[in-house]
Parts: sequence; C-alpha cells; structure tokens
Amino acid sequence: MNIDWAALASVFGVSLVVTVALVGLFTLGITGLAKRTPTAQGGGSTALARTGAYACFALCAAAVAYGIYLIVA
Amino acid sequence: MEHITLLLAIVIVTALVFDFTNGFHDTANAMATTISTGALKPKTAVAMSAVLNLVGAFLSVEVAKTISGGIINENGLRTEVIFAALVGAILWNLLTWLVGLPSSSSHALFGGLIGAAVMSAGWSSINGGTVVTKVLLPAIAAPVVAGIAALLATKLTYRLNRKITDEAQLKSTAKGYRAGQIASAGLVSLAHGTNDAQKTMGIITLALVTGGVLSPGSNPPVWVIASAGIAIAMGTYLGGWRIIRTMGSGLTELRPPQGFAAQTSAATVILASSHLGFSLSTTQSCSGAVMGAGLGRKGGVVRWSTATRMFVAWGLTLPAAGLMGAGAEFLTKQGPWGVGAVAVLLVAGSGAIWLLSRRKPVDHTNVNAGTEPAGVVTTAISAVSPPPAGAVVPELKTTISAPAQTAGTPADPATV
Repeated sequence: MNIDWAALASVFGVSLVVTVALVGLFTLGITGLAKRTPTAQGGGSTALARTGAYACFALCAAAVAYGIYLIVA
Repeated sequence: MEHITLLLAIVIVTALVFDFTNGFHDTANAMATTISTGALKPKTAVAMSAVLNLVGAFLSVEVAKTISGGIINENGLRTEVIFAALVGAILWNLLTWLVGLPSSSSHALFGGLIGAAVMSAGWSSINGGTVVTKVLLPAIAAPVVAGIAALLATKLTYRLNRKITDEAQLKSTAKGYRAGQIASAGLVSLAHGTNDAQKTMGIITLALVTGGVLSPGSNPPVWVIASAGIAIAMGTYLGGWRIIRTMGSGLTELRPPQGFAAQTSAATVILASSHLGFSLSTTQSCSGAVMGAGLGRKGGVVRWSTATRMFVAWGLTLPAAGLMGAGAEFLTKQGPWGVGAVAVLLVAGSGAIWLLSRRKPVDHTNVNAGTEPAGVVTTAISAVSPPPAGAVVPELKTTISAPAQTAGTPADPATV
C-alpha cells in the first residue's frame, strides 16, 4: 500500500488557493458593478470600479477556459 | 456486430442502464445548489446538465483502460462477473436514490466489482492496498478538502460584500452570484460527462474484448461512445430529484453567495484532483462543499442528522454493493438460468424501488419545498443553542467578523 501523500497535499493546496482566489475575484467583480447603482456615493470612481470589475470577470473567464481545457485534454 | 452473443448483449444493456442511473444519481452534483438558490429553473438546470454531459462524453479521446483502476485483477475477468457487478451497482444506486442520499456511483461500481470478483475467484483477486488508496482515503479526503475550500471561500465572499446592504444592490449581486454558479455547475457537468460516460465505455469495450468481438487494446466503436453519452444524458435529464432536494436544501439552506462558493469549490476540487493524480469522488466533493458553504455563513446551519445519514450511506456503499454483486455472481455462476434469474431479479428490484418511490414522488415541482418543517425546527434550535461544531465555528466567526466591523466602518465613505 503506497499512499501518495504528496498528490493529496497538492490537491488540497491547489483546490484551496484556486477556490478562494476565484470566489474572491468574482466577488470583487460583482460588488464593483453593484456599486454603480444610484444609491451609492462616490460617483467619480465608478469608471475605475467598472474597469476593475471587468478585469476580475476576465480572470474568472480565463479560469473557466482553463478548466474546459483540462477536461478536454 | 454479428458476433454479439446474448450474454454480451445483456451486459451491454446493463452497462447502459448503470450509465443511466449514474446520470440521474449525479445530476445533483452539478445542479442541486443551482436549483436551490434559484439560479436556474429545475427543468432548465437538468436540461443544461444533460447537454453538457452528452458533450462531455464525446470530448475526451482517452477512454478508461480499466474499469476498476487496479482494485481488482481484471485479467481473465469473465463477462458474467461484469454483469453481476453492474447489477449490484445499479441496485445500490436505486436504493440510495429512493432514500434521497447522494452516494458515489463509482464506489457502487467498485463495490459490485469487488463482491462479484471475490465470489468468482476468491479474495486473492482484490488488491487490498488499492482499495484503501483509491476508495477509502479519497472518501474521507474529498468532503474535507472541498468543505474547507468552500468554507473559506464563503467567509471571504461574505466579508468582501459586507458593505452591500441596500435592496437594489443585493439583488444585483445575487444575480451575479447566480451567473457565476451556473458557470461552475456547467464545468462540473462537463467533467462528469467526460469521466463517468468514459467508465461505461470502458466497461462495454472490456466486455466486447472479453467476448472476442474486439481485439484487445482497440478503441471503442462509435456506437459505444454515442450510446454511453446518450444514456448518461437521458439519466441526467430525468433528474434525481430526491437527491437534488437533499443536497440543495436538505443539508443546509443555501443563499446565492454560498451556492456560488460551494459549486466553485466542487468544480475546482474535481478538476484539480483528476489532474494531479489523486482522484476524488464527485459526489463526495460536492456534498462536502455544500456543507462547508453552509457553515461559512454567519448563522448558517448544517442539518447534521441528514449529513450523518449521508455519511452512513457512503460507508455502506462499498459493502452493500459488494454483497449484491456477490449474490448476483453466485447466481450467474450456476449457468445460463442463473444469468436469466439475475436479469429478472434486477428488473423486479428496480420496478419495486420505482413503485415505492411513487408513494411519495419528488419531481421538479416540489424539489425545493420538501424539507420545510425540519428546516424551521433546526433553525429554531440553532437560534437558541450554539451550532454543534461549537468549539471551532464561533471562534472562527469572531475572528473574522470583528476586524470586519472595525475596518469596515471608517472605510465605508471613502471607498468606491
């Protein structure tokens, strides 16, 4: 019996980091967009928030594309 | 195809039936949280999952070369043994569906194979060490890994969106979370189609090779790929509503941010595990992720009674499917009439389970509604007493929420 602890540990580490990073990025994206609604203050920085949000979404989309690549390959 | 004997035909049909039960048993993995948070309507969700499963079946060029991944010695495996194993796996899948518990279809198949192989060739045909490394250890690791990832992701997302409080903004973020969740669920469906339809293709190919129809080492014919893909997609579209209900709203109550965190964690764990060489069960990863997301929200509760029943079902999967596989193999060993008897028993057993399920049907109309009374009680209890994981969870909550308030209040007007 030969348990591959290294593989298990890397699965754990990678899953943890990727999940938290993706969820964090996506949350930043949607909160960034949500703040554009009229009730929010600080009108000047909406363009910046918006750009940041789209950058976050782009990174998430790249992660999904990489996921599809992993499934196909 | 003219050399296909009756036995071979029975095995192929049984393998496709297993593929079908696998589909409707595992719809919940991708779509339970998507349905319970309202990201997709129930029928739309299962339709999307079915299409992605079908696409997934055709995507991968690499077909499973072994059924069991080394758990049993597959040299000289007789066709009857494969048949008996499939019968055990199908019956266990149907039984767990009847009681609405998510359990791993692959483990059911492994269990059936182990039971049938032991009955056929004795204990020496099993690699005990591989059982531990490929079944038992992943069964413990999967929910832990996915659960912790989902727990931390849920805490993070609630922390990041804590400043969003007014109605319109909450609605807009909920919409965003649902969209993200659909993407994660799509990945899970696609991965499921690739992995699990491949398993069926592997079984049918192996049976064809054993029966002398195909030469060893040949690729599966197109009709095998197509029928396996269609069987799993049809099963997925049928929707295992009982299991979807347990996973989506029975284990814990999920809000859009939690559903998103849970599904993303499940998708990540599944893809990471299958590509880093430590395969984890899809079902167990998803269940773990759902529970982790449940614990991650302040005031979130996991219904431990349901979770315990689920853990018991996981523990029973291997031995129970093994016993049924062994029983089936005992009959098929008796000769052609035995194979016939097992086929009749399989049909009768599946019919009986289906009839039992009709007494309290669960379908797309009541998939989100069934657990209300239990939910109210559990929530009430949790309101007065600390959650069961008392020592750990409140501590985590205070450490995270305290800086959230101190840092959040002064920063509020300054931020975008």
